[in-house]
Amino acid sequence: MSIATDARLDTNDVRGWEGFVDGPWRDRIDVRDFLQRNYTPYEGDAAFLAGPTERTTRLWERLTAMFPEERERGVYDVDWQTPAGITAHAPGYIDRDEEVVVGLQTDAPLKRAMMPNGGWRMVETALDTYGYPVDPMLKKVFTEYRKTHNQGVFDAYPPAVRAARSSHIITGLPDAYGRGRIIGDYRRVALYGVDALIAAKRHDRAVLDMERASEDVIRAREENSEQIRALNELKEMAASYGFDISGPATDAREAVQWTYFAYLGAVKEQNGAAMSLGRTATFLDVYLERDLARGDLTESQAQELIDDFVIKLRIVRFLRTPEYDALFSGDPTWVTESLAGMGDDGRTLVTKTTFRYLQTLYNLGPAPEPNLTVLWSDRLPEGFKRFAAKVSIDTSAIQYESDRQIREHWGDDAAIACCVSPMRVGKQMQFFGARVNLAKTLLYAINGGRDEITGKQVGPATPPVGEGPLDFDDVMRRFDAEMDWLAATYVEALNVIHYMHDKYAYERLEMALHDSDVLRTMACGIAGLSVAADSLSAIRYATVVPVFDERGLVVDYEISGDFPTFGNDDDRVDALARDLVERFMEKVRAYPTYRDALHTQSVLTITSNVVYGKATGNTPDGRRQGEPFAPGANPMNGRDTHGMLASALSVAKLPYDDAQDGISLTNTVVPSGLGRTEDEQVTNLVGLLDAYTGADGYHMNVNVLNRETLEDAMEHPEKYPQLTVRVSGYAVNFVRLTREQQLDVLSRTFHGAV
Amino acid sequence: MTATLLADVPTVELDREDRLAAMRSGEVGAVHSWELVTAVDGPGTRMTTFLTGCPLRCLYCQNPDTWRMRDGTEVRADDLVARIARYRSVFAATGGGITLSGGEPLMQPRFVAHVLRGAKELGVHTALDTSGFLGAAATDEMLDDVDLVLLDVKSGDEETYRQVTGRALQPTIDFGDRLAARGTEVWVRFVLVPGLTDAEENVENVARIVERWPNVTRVEILPFHQMGREKWERLDASYALSDVNPPSPELVGRVRRQLEAHGLPTYVG
Repeated sequence: MSIATDARLDTNDVRGWEGFVDGPWRDRIDVRDFLQRNYTPYEGDAAFLAGPTERTTRLWERLTAMFPEERERGVYDVDWQTPAGITAHAPGYIDRDEEVVVGLQTDAPLKRAMMPNGGWRMVETALDTYGYPVDPMLKKVFTEYRKTHNQGVFDAYPPAVRAARSSHIITGLPDAYGRGRIIGDYRRVALYGVDALIAAKRHDRAVLDMERASEDVIRAREENSEQIRALNELKEMAASYGFDISGPATDAREAVQWTYFAYLGAVKEQNGAAMSLGRTATFLDVYLERDLARGDLTESQAQELIDDFVIKLRIVRFLRTPEYDALFSGDPTWVTESLAGMGDDGRTLVTKTTFRYLQTLYNLGPAPEPNLTVLWSDRLPEGFKRFAAKVSIDTSAIQYESDRQIREHWGDDAAIACCVSPMRVGKQMQFFGARVNLAKTLLYAINGGRDEITGKQVGPATPPVGEGPLDFDDVMRRFDAEMDWLAATYVEALNVIHYMHDKYAYERLEMALHDSDVLRTMACGIAGLSVAADSLSAIRYATVVPVFDERGLVVDYEISGDFPTFGNDDDRVDALARDLVERFMEKVRAYPTYRDALHTQSVLTITSNVVYGKATGNTPDGRRQGEPFAPGANPMNGRDTHGMLASALSVAKLPYDDAQDGISLTNTVVPSGLGRTEDEQVTNLVGLLDAYTGADGYHMNVNVLNRETLEDAMEHPEKYPQLTVRVSGYAVNFVRLTREQQLDVLSRTFHGAV
Repeated sequence: MTATLLADVPTVELDREDRLAAMRSGEVGAVHSWELVTAVDGPGTRMTTFLTGCPLRCLYCQNPDTWRMRDGTEVRADDLVARIARYRSVFAATGGGITLSGGEPLMQPRFVAHVLRGAKELGVHTALDTSGFLGAAATDEMLDDVDLVLLDVKSGDEETYRQVTGRALQPTIDFGDRLAARGTEVWVRFVLVPGLTDAEENVENVARIVERWPNVTRVEILPFHQMGREKWERLDASYALSDVNPPSPELVGRVRRQLEAHGLPTYVG
C-alpha cells in the first residue's frame, strides 16, 4: 500500500499512538516497521502467567455446555434466511455483560450463516442435511439472478479437467467452496483505524485511474471499489456493537477488539477453507505492555483479554456439507496464529503475549482452534522453548514450523495460512490449489493413462506396460510423461477456479487489508508422495510383476525381495521422493498462471489422505486398494522402522525450494517415549525440534498421547469433548473424526519410543 | 528384510576366508539393526545399534531375534561410523550419542572397540548396553572410549539370576566393581517381572550390590511388557512368560521405594 494522503497519518499527536516510537510506519501502512520499533522481546520463563479469571471460566463453560448438542446434530443452529455479509446480522453476544471482547458471526453463538457466493448447491445440501428449510426466493436469487463461483468454474472447465476431477486424480479443488488461505492484515485496523486504510486505498485508486483501462486495470479498479465498500461496512458492523473504529485503537482492549472486528468481518463474509489470523500476538503485546506500564492493566486482566479473544476464535463456524467434512474432518476453520520466531535483526519475536496465547490452552483447556503455530528456531529463548514443549506434551495442540526457512524466503513478518503455507502478512496471498494424487498418477502411467479402478481412459493413451517384471527406467519414463499431462491439466483447472473466485466470490475485506500490489502464489500440491516413492523403490530394488485383469488393466502387483522404504533416513529411496517433488514442481512451472501467480506446491493432505487412499487401487509398494495414504509428507504407516527422528530426517530431505507452500509431517509419541520425567520430556522434545529444524525440516505436528486414551475416546466420545489430535498440519477434535479416520490415527506408527 | 533394517549402511560382501579374518580383527561385525531413539538407552537422542549374538537366554528377552550372531548382517565398523558421523548435529542438539546394544555387544569386543574409537574420534558420547556377563572381554583401552555403561543387573542372587538367564551372576558383579574402580558412569537397569524378579528379597539383593558402586547415577526399573511375544512366536521358541502380565503400578511403586530406601536415584522406564 502506498503513502496515505490522509492527514491522520502525518500528525505527530495521533490519539492512540502516545508513547510509541516514531518511524516510517506513521507515514505509510507498515505494521512491521511499527512492530520492530515498539515491541519488547521477552527472554524469561512462564512464571509470570496468570490463570483464568472466574468470569473467563463462566463464559467458557456457558459455551462448552452447548458443544455436546452441536456435536450430536452436526450444527448447533443455522440462519437459513439471511445470506451472510459483514453487516448482514444484528449484533450477537454470548453474554453481553460478561464479554470483554464482543462480536459474533451471526446474532447468536454457534449459529452458522449461509455463504452462497461460493456455490448454491453446497448451501442447499447443508440445509437439507441439517433439517433446515430452503427459502425458494433465495434459491432463485442464487441460481437465476446471481451467478456463483461454482457455476462460473463449470462454465469454463474443459472436458480434460472434468475427467481428471471425477476420477480423483485431481482432488479437493476449491471449485464449489471458498478457497480461503488468505490472511488479511487484521492488525492494520487497530494500528491505523479504518479511515486511514480507506484513505490509502483511495490514493491507490487515483494511481489506477491514471492508467489505461486494460483488463487488468479494470479488474483492479473494481476490486479497489469493493475493498473500500467492505471497509465502510466493517465500520458499520463495529458501530452496531457500539464501537467507532474509524481511528486507531487507544488501549489494549481496543487493540484486541479492533483486530478481532477486522477478522470477524472476514469470517462473516467468507467461508474459506482456511481463515487464518496471521501474526497478532507480538503486535498486541505492544499495546498490552503500554497499558501494563501505565498501570491501566494487571497481568490477570491482560490474560483475560487474550483468553476472551481466543474464546471468540474458538467458536468460528461455517455451514458445510458432509462431503466437505469427509475431506477435511473435524469442522476445521484453520484460525492459524503464527507465534514466536526470530527477527531479521537477531532479536526474538517472542513476547509475553506469545506466552499468553499458549497459556489459553491451560486456561480454557486444549482445543484445535485457533491453530497455534510456533515458528521454531534453535535461537529462541530457552524459557520459551521449554514452555512451548511443555504445552505440547500437555495438550498436543501446537504445531511447529521452521522459522529459518520461512524467514529466509518470506521475511520476519510472515504467517502461516491453514497448516503450512507461509506468506508475508498483508503483502502476499495465495490461490489455493488443493492437490493431485501422485500415487494414482503412477498407476495411470503403468496403465497407459487408464484409470486402474474404472478402466476409463483419463490421461493420454499410451501403450500399457507388458508382462513380466516392471523395469524401473521404463516406468520412470512413463511416469514422467503422465506427470506432464497432469501438470498441464492441473494448472488449467486452477487458473479457471481462481479467475472465477476473483470474479464471483472476491475476498473484499481480506484484500482491503493487504497492500494493493500483492505477491500471488499458485499453490499446487501433491498427495501420496510416500506411496509413490516406495512403489518406485520396490520396482527398482525388488522384483515387481504386474497382475492384469480381464480388461487388460494392471490391478495388482506381485512383489518379491526387499526394498528400502521412505522414512528410514535411507538415501536410496529418499532420493526418489525428493526427485518426485522436484520433478512435479518443474512441470507445473512450465504452465503460465492466472494473474502471473508464482508457482509453488505443498506436500500436505490434512485428513484427506484417507479419501485419496480410498480412490486409489493397489500400488506396487504392496499397499492395498482403498488403504489410506500416509498424511502429508509422512512415511507410510509402520514402514519407518528406525525411530521417529530417522523418519523425520527422511522428510527433511524434501527440498523446500521446490515445495514453498510447505511440507507437512505429523508425529505421534507417547509421553514416556520422550523421557522418564517431565523435565526430561521437555528437554528431549526441545532437542528433537532443534535437531529436525537444524536438518532443514520444515514442519512438525507433535501428538503426545497414549494409545489407550485414543481407544477409550473412540468408545466414549462424551468423556473427551476436548481431546485434540494433530493430523498433518492441523489439530482436530478426535471425537469429531469419523470412525475410519480414528482408526487411521491409531494405526499410524505409534512410536513407543521416539 | 535384513538389508532394509540397516537402511543405507552397506552390507559386506567378502569371500569366506576374508570375511572371517575381518570379523576376527573387528573391522567387520554382525549387526541386527540400528534406530534413532530418544529417552531410552541413555541421555538425549541416540543411535542405538543392535549387535547379534548373546550368551544369555533371558526368559523375558524382547529381542530373541538377536540371540544368534549368524542372524545378523555383516557390516564394516567404518561404515557404521560414517552413519554415526551423519548424526553428530542431532547428538549435539539433543545431548545424545551412540549406544551399542544387542544381543550382547561384548560378544564382538573387537568390533565394538573399533566403533567406539570411531565415535570418540568424532567427539560423540558413547554408551554400552550390556549384561556384564562378558565384562572380562572389555579391555581397559576399550573402556576408555565408553562414557556410560547401561548395566543390566537382572537379579540380585545367583539362583534367580540363573533361573532368568541360564548363567551366573558373578561376572556382572565383577564387571560392575571394575567400572566402579575406573569411575565409569553407570546406569543400572532392572527388568521387573511379576513372579520372576519381583521378590522383596531379590530386589534387596540388587540394591545391596548396586549401592556399593558410587559411579551409578541412575537405576531404571523396566516394567516387563508383552511387546516381544510375537518375536518368540515367529522364532518358534517356547516362551515361558506368555501368561505373565505387566507389573501393577503398586508393585512398581513398592520396588521403587525399596531401591530408593538404599539411596539409589530410581526412575521407571
